[in-house]
Amino acid sequence: MKLSLGPLLYFWSFDDIQTFYQSMLEQPVDIIYLGETVCSKRRSLNFEQWLELAQTLKQQSPDTEIVLSTLSLIEAESELKTLRRYCNNGEFSIEANDMAAVHLLSEQHVPFSTGPTINIYNTRTLSLLYGQGLRRWVMPVELSGNTLKEILQELKASGLADRLETEIFSYGHMPLALSARCFTARAHNLPKDQCDLKCLEYPDGLQVKSQEEQSLFTLNGIQTMSGQRNDLLDALPEMQSVGVDIVRLSPQAMQMPEVIQAYHNALKGKEGITAGYARDENCNGYWYGEPGMYQSM
Amino acid sequence: MSNSKPESYVKAMIELVCPAGNFPALKEAVNNGANAVYIGFKDDTNARHFAGLNFNEKNLPKAIAYAHQRGTKVFVAINTYPQPSGWLRWKKAVDLAATLGVDALIVADIGVLDYAAQTYPELSRHLSVQGSATSYESLNYYQKNFGIKRAVLPRVLSVAQVAQLAKKSPVELEVFGFGSLCIMAEGRCHLSSYVTGESPNTCGACSPAKSVRWEQTSQGLESRLNNVLIDRYEDNENAGYPTLCKGRFSIGENTFHVLEEPTSLNTIAILPELDTIGIKAIKIEGRQRSPAYTQQVTRVWRQAIDQYYADPEHYIPQETWSAALNKVSEGSQTTLGAYSRPWQ
Repeated sequence: MKLSLGPLLYFWSFDDIQTFYQSMLEQPVDIIYLGETVCSKRRSLNFEQWLELAQTLKQQSPDTEIVLSTLSLIEAESELKTLRRYCNNGEFSIEANDMAAVHLLSEQHVPFSTGPTINIYNTRTLSLLYGQGLRRWVMPVELSGNTLKEILQELKASGLADRLETEIFSYGHMPLALSARCFTARAHNLPKDQCDLKCLEYPDGLQVKSQEEQSLFTLNGIQTMSGQRNDLLDALPEMQSVGVDIVRLSPQAMQMPEVIQAYHNALKGKEGITAGYARDENCNGYWYGEPGMYQSM
Repeated sequence: MSNSKPESYVKAMIELVCPAGNFPALKEAVNNGANAVYIGFKDDTNARHFAGLNFNEKNLPKAIAYAHQRGTKVFVAINTYPQPSGWLRWKKAVDLAATLGVDALIVADIGVLDYAAQTYPELSRHLSVQGSATSYESLNYYQKNFGIKRAVLPRVLSVAQVAQLAKKSPVELEVFGFGSLCIMAEGRCHLSSYVTGESPNTCGACSPAKSVRWEQTSQGLESRLNNVLIDRYEDNENAGYPTLCKGRFSIGENTFHVLEEPTSLNTIAILPELDTIGIKAIKIEGRQRSPAYTQQVTRVWRQAIDQYYADPEHYIPQETWSAALNKVSEGSQTTLGAYSRPWQ
């Protein structure tokens, strides 16, 4: 299985983004997804600058696959305009995160991949999208390993299993919901159009707890994420046997090199090395067919 | 009470689409002036999969006959997302609806849309709100590939955005006019499965009743969802159903409605705008509500629509309408939701 670094879901400054990706080139990741997928008001990097970053990374590390990821919730004409620039870039492949992107890419007959916010829940959907150019998909986070097993078995029967790559969101706060409202701004009593770019203050999102101090959600602007980080390190052997091709790690401000190293070691079959990142509070329930917040072994 | 559907207006008038969770509710919708009712089957193929609700093979033919005899259309929602183990159930739902002669299917999943379009090309397909199409390029996709006739828009768009979209939409548009307010883009919300294991997409249930627990404690009345504390009420507060996005949670030292306060959507005041921008139909939320709710809301909206078309220039929402609607609203207050954006 390959390791991928998913698109950055949080809002970081221009410098922090540049520093982060430079440091990631030293890490054993095979695929890097770049681009703004959450909020069109986040412009630390505009489209040209993301493209430039993609080109720079590609130049420095030709073996690393670079993919551009698109916005997940498209409401305005200006957002469609940016989306078209992503889809027409002609250089890097695209991860579509909204059906508008799927439409633009399939119309151009360009191969593409889909992110976790595209609703692919069954084999008929997957096969149909394959016919329209889909070559890689990230399974929606709420689906289980068993469902994936069934989908991939059916896909095998129809001869498509080897033509489609399956990627699983394996580490990080999971994107759970999208809204027109900005909850980070709301937490600061600010209207969305005068949000003061408050998300910049929360490089790993804003923690929401129940009134009993139970970690529940993570606010990330218009996106609501899981309170705990998903962590499928212990599920890697099962993922491999089911037929997963790519293990996605979602960029976090803290301990990312340690996370990547632990997953890399596990994939290389290195035993007896303790993972060097905090794992006690993480969850993995979705993969095992349980509530996502559960921690199953 | 107005229950008119003047023939000369029928084509031009905005269509009123009302919810029916059972036969009595369907009768109320039909008798109080709905142009169409929408229903679901008694299983997880629809987004209101609640105990004691919905229709089966036995009573659906009667319900369809009742509606059709009175000139009301019947739409069937098959708008959740099947996984391989459930695929045959969704297929059967489409087959049954088609065989019984419903007027349209309301579908979200691409696989189900494809099956319906291939197998019953003559049967109208509406893209469900759960399909989460928020741009005309997304609508183009569904129109081109599955020939959808209409799309129900997610409740995340403002009126200005809906107007923009309507200008370039390849299909008829239906918008929510009244009912519980989803603040997340429908079809793309997993909050419920994160906490309970069941979500609208997978099971047709959000914050499912079987996971709910109420308890009177020394700190007040507590509502829990799969044991997670959703809210705690003081004696003088009205307790609401513990939907996850409407809970009171903590950020740092502050405890408040972190995502959304419990309110209902009501767009009766902007009916002229919705008509002017070319909206084809208004949808009333609430298949899980009582026949009395369907009766009340259908009656008020019928009056509003009739009054508007009788004299568009002088349309003024009546006080009595708001009073009647507020009585059946969640949280007893109504807002324009995303259509106006007071938080922006």
